[in-house]
Amino acid sequence: MSDECIRLEFKVDSENFASAGSASEAVKTQLKLLGINSHDVRRVAIAMYEGEINMVIHAKGGTAVVEIYQNRVDITLADRGPGIADIDLAMKEGYSTAPDNIRELGFGAGMGLPNMKKNTDEMRIVSNPGVGTTIYMKVNLT
Amino acid sequence: MPFEKRFVTLDADKCKGCITCMKRCPTEAIRVRGGKAKILYERCIACGECIRACSYHAKKAVYDKMEIIDGYKYKVALPPPALYGQFNNLNDINYVLEGLLSIGFDDIYETSRGAELISEATRNFIADGKANRKPIIGTTCPAIVDLILLKFHDLKDNMLTLLTPVDVAAKLAREKAVADTGLRPEEIGVFFISSCPAKVYSLKSAFGVKAPLVDGVLSVNEIYFKLINEMPKIQNPRELSKAGVTGLSWAVSGGEAAGIFGNVSFAVDGLENVINILKDIEDDKVHHTDYIELNACSGGCVGGVLNIENPYIAKAKIGVLKKYAPVSKNNIEQTGKSREFFCQEKDFEVSQAFKLDDDRVKAMTKLKQIGGIYRQLAHLDCGICGAPSCKAFSEDVVLRGQSIEACVKFRLPELGGGKER
Repeated sequence: MSDECIRLEFKVDSENFASAGSASEAVKTQLKLLGINSHDVRRVAIAMYEGEINMVIHAKGGTAVVEIYQNRVDITLADRGPGIADIDLAMKEGYSTAPDNIRELGFGAGMGLPNMKKNTDEMRIVSNPGVGTTIYMKVNLT
Repeated sequence: MPFEKRFVTLDADKCKGCITCMKRCPTEAIRVRGGKAKILYERCIACGECIRACSYHAKKAVYDKMEIIDGYKYKVALPPPALYGQFNNLNDINYVLEGLLSIGFDDIYETSRGAELISEATRNFIADGKANRKPIIGTTCPAIVDLILLKFHDLKDNMLTLLTPVDVAAKLAREKAVADTGLRPEEIGVFFISSCPAKVYSLKSAFGVKAPLVDGVLSVNEIYFKLINEMPKIQNPRELSKAGVTGLSWAVSGGEAAGIFGNVSFAVDGLENVINILKDIEDDKVHHTDYIELNACSGGCVGGVLNIENPYIAKAKIGVLKKYAPVSKNNIEQTGKSREFFCQEKDFEVSQAFKLDDDRVKAMTKLKQIGGIYRQLAHLDCGICGAPSCKAFSEDVVLRGQSIEACVKFRLPELGGGKER
């Protein structure tokens, strides 16, 4: 029974900056219905939202797959963007490759990946320059 | 929730069973069953949106009738600043206050005085670093308090833990009445005059306090009709008003936030806007802000459904009254009260009304079933089934025994219904 999960799949659209966050919003709604502790809901929502924004800024969108298990949430964010050349550097707070026009909107402060790391229990990045990036995240539920 | 909150009711004879109120309800608390709008009270935040929306006046707010004051030896009215915005050509608040004394009250205590004290207490709260988490969310609008406790559990830590202006006014009014009359506190009746059903609900169910601080909650519209008969008879009213611009401003969206003075604050009004900002705070998107004022009604308290005047006209009228008033006439030192006097007596409690099941595995099973039902529906959010959205209908099928065949898709073959007939 504990292997049973609720699987949700989203296409993260890059067309509209304002619509970024719709996948995290949908997941948040589902977690609330399950009565998940609000602190855990917040962690999942923030990690996903940052991931969605990253896909919109850097990769013209991608896909998000969320699996809700009894005791954890697995999130897989995959894109076919430019990839991350130096993952360690990208994980540094304040490091950003976002273009100026994005920064003017208040994004691209170099906090996305660190925030995702901070709000998850496990995070793994697989990236190939020119091919794309896949980020696996796990949030344990209390 | 403390008890069943039936502060909005239905006049079934007037209800046509249309879907207007159901579609406007911000918490999806209404269903149309058997041709009548039914409220799921555990989800109702008493905001009054359905009352505002209903063209047939079938939705009613619950409040106390004026006769309730007769049960007390000494009667004190707590008029809110929104009341002053209801009258034409009013240039002096004292006419309204004298009017209240003419219609049966022995004394008045303006809630704007409580507001000025709470503005100061909030500034102290921020300066003392008492906030659990920023931005601090104001808790004066009870519909918003209930909304957060129902749907935004994570934001409980952001909520201001001070009393509301009405609470403070009620406490001080009763103390003053005891001192003035020598009567026992229970012989004194303290009555708020409300612009909305939410305030009736919060005061009667003692939000943030151990027991109700008022003995009754009257409505602005009823008091208004009594006042307009008396006010023209008043000549040279006494100087009864003891509140300034800060207190008066609380009637209108932005007034509460303005009372925070030097700190970074802003105000949001109208439920749709409020829900959007709550989502943003939840997602950690609101930075560099100390305080946010939230109002369920567009325009603030002047927009409440128990008022008479158009909210924007009322706002303009209050603007006129503010013109010659000083910034503030009340301060905490003058009351001789400690800072604790202005603090909540008990914590808010979140509501689990939306939780599918206490057992997580069972909740997951239900969520899957809901998803399964949803996929079979018309996805028109038409409301024909009696639920406000296809998502809500899916929940009704799984949780409330509704038949999936109530969906329009199963009734109209041209929508490609799954049923062969």
